[in-house]
Amino acid sequence: MKKIKSSSDLETLRQTILNKGDHKRQVVRICCTTGCRAGGALKIVEDINKELTERNLEDKIKIKKTGCRGFCENGPVMVIEPDDIFYNKVKPKDVPGIVSETLVNGTPLKRLLYIDPETRKRVKSEKDIPFFGKQVRNVFAKLGKIDPTQIDDYIAEGGYTALCKALTTMTPVEVIETIEASGLRGRGGGGFPTGKKWRSCREAPGIVKYVIANGDEGDPGAFMDRSMMEGDPHSIIEGMIIGAYAIGADRGFIYVRDEYPIAVEHLTTAIEQVHSYGLLGEDILGMGLDFTIEINRGAGAFVCGESTALMNSLEGKVGEPRAKYIHTVESGLWDSPSNLNNVETWANVPLIINRGAEWYADTGTDTSKGTKIFSLVGKVSNTGLVEVPMGITLREIIFDVGGGIRNNRQFKAVQTGGPSGGCIPANKIDMPVDYDTLKELGAMMGSGGMIVMDENTCMVDVAKYFINFLMYESCGKCVPCREGLKQMYEILSNICEGHGEEGDIELLEGLASFIIDASLCALGGSAPNPVLSTIRYFRDEYEAHISRKECPAGVCRNPRIIRALEFGCEAPLKFYEHCILCPQFSEGCLDLAMSTEILEGKKKLVYSSKLDSEDSINANVFKCTTALSYFEKSRQLCGREGRCREEGFLIDLLAGSKQLIYSNTALLKKR
Amino acid sequence: MLVTLTINGQIIHVERETPIFEAAKKLGIPIPTLCHHEALKPYGSCRLCTVEVVKNKWPKLVTSCNYPAEDGLEVKTDTDRVKRTRKMVMELLLARCPHVPAIQQLAQKMGVKTSQFKKKGDEQCILCGLCVRVCDEIVGVRAIGFVGRGTEREMNTPFGIESDTCIGCGACTYICPTSYIEMVERPDAPGGRSLNKGELTLDSCPNSYVCENCDREQQFLLETMQVIEKFRRENEKRRSEQKV
Amino acid sequence: MAFEKVDEILEKHGYRHDALIGIIQDIQRLENYLPLETLRHISHRLEIPLSRIYYIATFYKSFSLEPRGRHIVKVCLGTACHICGATQNLEQMERTLHICEGETTKDMMFSLETVNCVGTCALAPVAIVDDTYYDAVTPEKVEKILSNYATESEGIESEKN
Ligand SMILES: Cc1cc2nc3c(=O)[nH]c(=O)nc-3n(C[C@H](O)[C@H](O)[C@H](O)COP(=O)(O)O)c2cc1C
Ligand code: SF4
Ligand code: SF4
Ligand code: SF4
Ligand code: SF4
Ligand code: FES
Ligand code: FES
Ligand code: FES
Repeated sequence: MKKIKSSSDLETLRQTILNKGDHKRQVVRICCTTGCRAGGALKIVEDINKELTERNLEDKIKIKKTGCRGFCENGPVMVIEPDDIFYNKVKPKDVPGIVSETLVNGTPLKRLLYIDPETRKRVKSEKDIPFFGKQVRNVFAKLGKIDPTQIDDYIAEGGYTALCKALTTMTPVEVIETIEASGLRGRGGGGFPTGKKWRSCREAPGIVKYVIANGDEGDPGAFMDRSMMEGDPHSIIEGMIIGAYAIGADRGFIYVRDEYPIAVEHLTTAIEQVHSYGLLGEDILGMGLDFTIEINRGAGAFVCGESTALMNSLEGKVGEPRAKYIHTVESGLWDSPSNLNNVETWANVPLIINRGAEWYADTGTDTSKGTKIFSLVGKVSNTGLVEVPMGITLREIIFDVGGGIRNNRQFKAVQTGGPSGGCIPANKIDMPVDYDTLKELGAMMGSGGMIVMDENTCMVDVAKYFINFLMYESCGKCVPCREGLKQMYEILSNICEGHGEEGDIELLEGLASFIIDASLCALGGSAPNPVLSTIRYFRDEYEAHISRKECPAGVCRNPRIIRALEFGCEAPLKFYEHCILCPQFSEGCLDLAMSTEILEGKKKLVYSSKLDSEDSINANVFKCTTALSYFEKSRQLCGREGRCREEGFLIDLLAGSKQLIYSNTALLKKR
Repeated sequence: MLVTLTINGQIIHVERETPIFEAAKKLGIPIPTLCHHEALKPYGSCRLCTVEVVKNKWPKLVTSCNYPAEDGLEVKTDTDRVKRTRKMVMELLLARCPHVPAIQQLAQKMGVKTSQFKKKGDEQCILCGLCVRVCDEIVGVRAIGFVGRGTEREMNTPFGIESDTCIGCGACTYICPTSYIEMVERPDAPGGRSLNKGELTLDSCPNSYVCENCDREQQFLLETMQVIEKFRRENEKRRSEQKV
Repeated sequence: MAFEKVDEILEKHGYRHDALIGIIQDIQRLENYLPLETLRHISHRLEIPLSRIYYIATFYKSFSLEPRGRHIVKVCLGTACHICGATQNLEQMERTLHICEGETTKDMMFSLETVNCVGTCALAPVAIVDDTYYDAVTPEKVEKILSNYATESEGIESEKN
């Protein structure tokens, strides 16, 4: 393949690609990344292709396997051009219809069109869907359009022009100045100004420097980085090459989460293709820049998203954060200056270079510029990825784009910023979304996860969930985080289980400020946020749990728990397991009622009608064998006639006063 | 290069990058530590040595064992915030290891009588990492290490079985602040001794812990040094043989 | 030699210490778990203390030190899935397979694991068997999902009695 050595080479290549005539053919774009694959997108593509071959239509119609459109809940989705017909929830069995009706005759299939939840009407195009209408797709512009495994697609859309522009017309310092002027801030967590970071890394002494893309996306509930890496890997790579040029780095790394195999696959393909065009490797564009990118797979640890832990992990060690008194831009990976940015941050770079800092800074608020991709999930009608301008209000995101709360329930809170973010209550819904406002509200931007909660969500339970998550994901090195979170979890679960005491809230607050103050890394330093923000806005819920022993949302209703592992004898457990799977169970099963009486010792089981009396039950009235065989076999065998701990459990379980839980990692280990 | 900083109002000049803890020591200002040892690289895990520094008018808490001295740094070792933090560390450790004498004593010294936390553990190891680091950095064997993460982290040998690389030097026993690791004699082990951790009971001191007039520790240290030396020599010999 | 394949992996990574995590990942793919002897072998080959390798193997969640079943069942417990009721699904899985999270069935057919988000939160709650994603899982669907895979074994049905 011919190497690209100048801007004109790139332009020539672009024209050749465009002239190949693909764009003259009718194009069907089918999303084929993780979400839609789950719905069978690959099978659909295969079937369509087969169908087209049979009808000799391959030359006229082109099928493109694209990246995520952010509307995964309604997947698999496809767009048929030139009429811009948008189909959702496509099934393989719809394929013949699509080919014969839509592709051949041009008539849309009504049943595959999206239904606007408000008007209840079917809409034809993506742009008519409110979910897309309100969005501003800049960073996401190419997602859903291009085939991420084809570099030519990216180039046809104007890809790598920013790289040419930066390398051939700008000095490294000019690039940094442009990024600074654009006001771009990190999309991965703290929102540190990107240009400033680049400048310190450039100015740090050192011959070897590294640039790293953080694709660890540890925040459960956020998936924009996944979509970006799967659907438009070249934007990230282009951004990184520009960054390397500006900073003076010659090696780059992309650290991808273990759970994203398709992202690894697409990035690997993309890097190979860029190499073959000569835009990675030695002497890029003849400007003397040598730069390569490697992909590293994480191995499942949230803390590895933290910058020093990530670098330790890249060095082949465990992801234990280092003391951060020396910044990574001065001494990071292998003690060399290293510049770490989130993948979304990198993807913003080509845009800024191409369209200029002023254009970029036009969108957004004073301190937060550009657009941000949020992952809108939870109890909201339209879940998915949304790219909106900074400064938009929460209301617009949740109600206009997200279509409001599912099942017409009441909006209660939205959790932003991942496990170390916070919950924003309903009365703050008109606040603008930018780095500083979110921070003031006790939440944070984080990577952009937005989890919407309705009245059925218990805020104490949410806090407990996050602390539990962080407790297991902490590296365990320092005392405040390891021991502090353990105690915090204990207090929270006591509160949830109705054992909370006066003073627990104050204890939590004291512990929280200690953990923030004294932890070694930012995981501990932000871990108590979910607790603090829920106490701040939902103190009454904590109090209800503590003083009235009730859960207003009804989540912690059945607080006392029995673990399956506590059953020393299996027979009562088997009995219970059998019953809860039986349809009779919820219908008020008579046999069960009788069994309970026997279990509780109120009545006796007899076999002969001669023995029938007030306080006995005759075995022949039982219809179901489960109960009977328990009494006849299990109880007889053991000989204790039910005077055991396990049967006590069974009575509690049947009475509904206790709940059966199976998982308990700690107990497992002991065993 | 010398830098000037103030600790509790006293001025001191030290080499750049000297940890604050060392600087304070020169001034005779005591700072409690648990995971620090002068022979090892600072680790910063116990957070007991927390002090407050003021930089750009912004006060923040840092750990003195690894925070490097800078020009114009203002350090305070006895503010309320510092005291509160240290107490909390002790309370948490006390909740983790309620039965370890060393922790009880240290807590008492710092004015912590009981832990306000309900969840009590029964651990002996505070995961300070001294043993792991001494075995790695000084002895060069790294027979023991950390296992797992988060609240399930523990100190152990690989796979929790008897180590086949431990040379029985005893350095880990010597350095462990909570006496979790113990040495026993065993003629067939590489160094004539082997280490036991956990389960086994510790021999009580025949001298009722009157350490000032006892030379057992000195003797032990000496033996330890000899074992390390021997091991190192053998190692080197083996290496040079390999090269040939 | 028994470690030929392992040596190939080491070779592929150029015996680099910084590739250790990648090496262990490849070994896990090869053997399906991390046997003691293999870890010991790479410890000797790379001259990295076994305790360091063991620490890595226990620190990262994707490594397993015990043999795993033929099918890996993963239940997502990420925030989005949690809010949509993933815990009930996990319990139903445990009930159906008669194992706890982190265990493998006796016939070595299934291993049950949990993950924190697989990036398909819009489809919550999600469960994954091998490479297949199942969306909007409910306790009722669990048995059906698992029965797709149970045919080769004696079947979870028979195990239940
Ligand atoms: C516990 C923890 C987890 C983090 N996880 C991620 C992550 O998954 N992805 C990410 O981009 N940044 C993550 N960060 C933030 C990074 O440390 C770092 O600040 C960021 O990648 C810098 O890039 P940016 O300046 O482009 O935001 C995490 C930070 C902490 C403390
Ligand atoms: S704060 Fe938590 S994650 Fe960070 S170093 Fe300490 S224990 Fe590890
Ligand atoms: S006793 Fe029989 S019928 Fe009644 S709930 Fe139990 S299994 Fe079902
Ligand atoms: S006795 Fe063994 S484990 Fe302890 S320091 Fe010496 S070599 Fe390491
Ligand atoms: S065994 Fe002792 S030295 Fe080692 S980590 Fe535990 S307390 Fe520290
Ligand atoms: S994966 Fe297809 S729209 Fe997101
Ligand atoms: S002595 Fe400084 S953190 Fe432990
Ligand atoms: S939270 Fe389950 S897939 Fe993201």
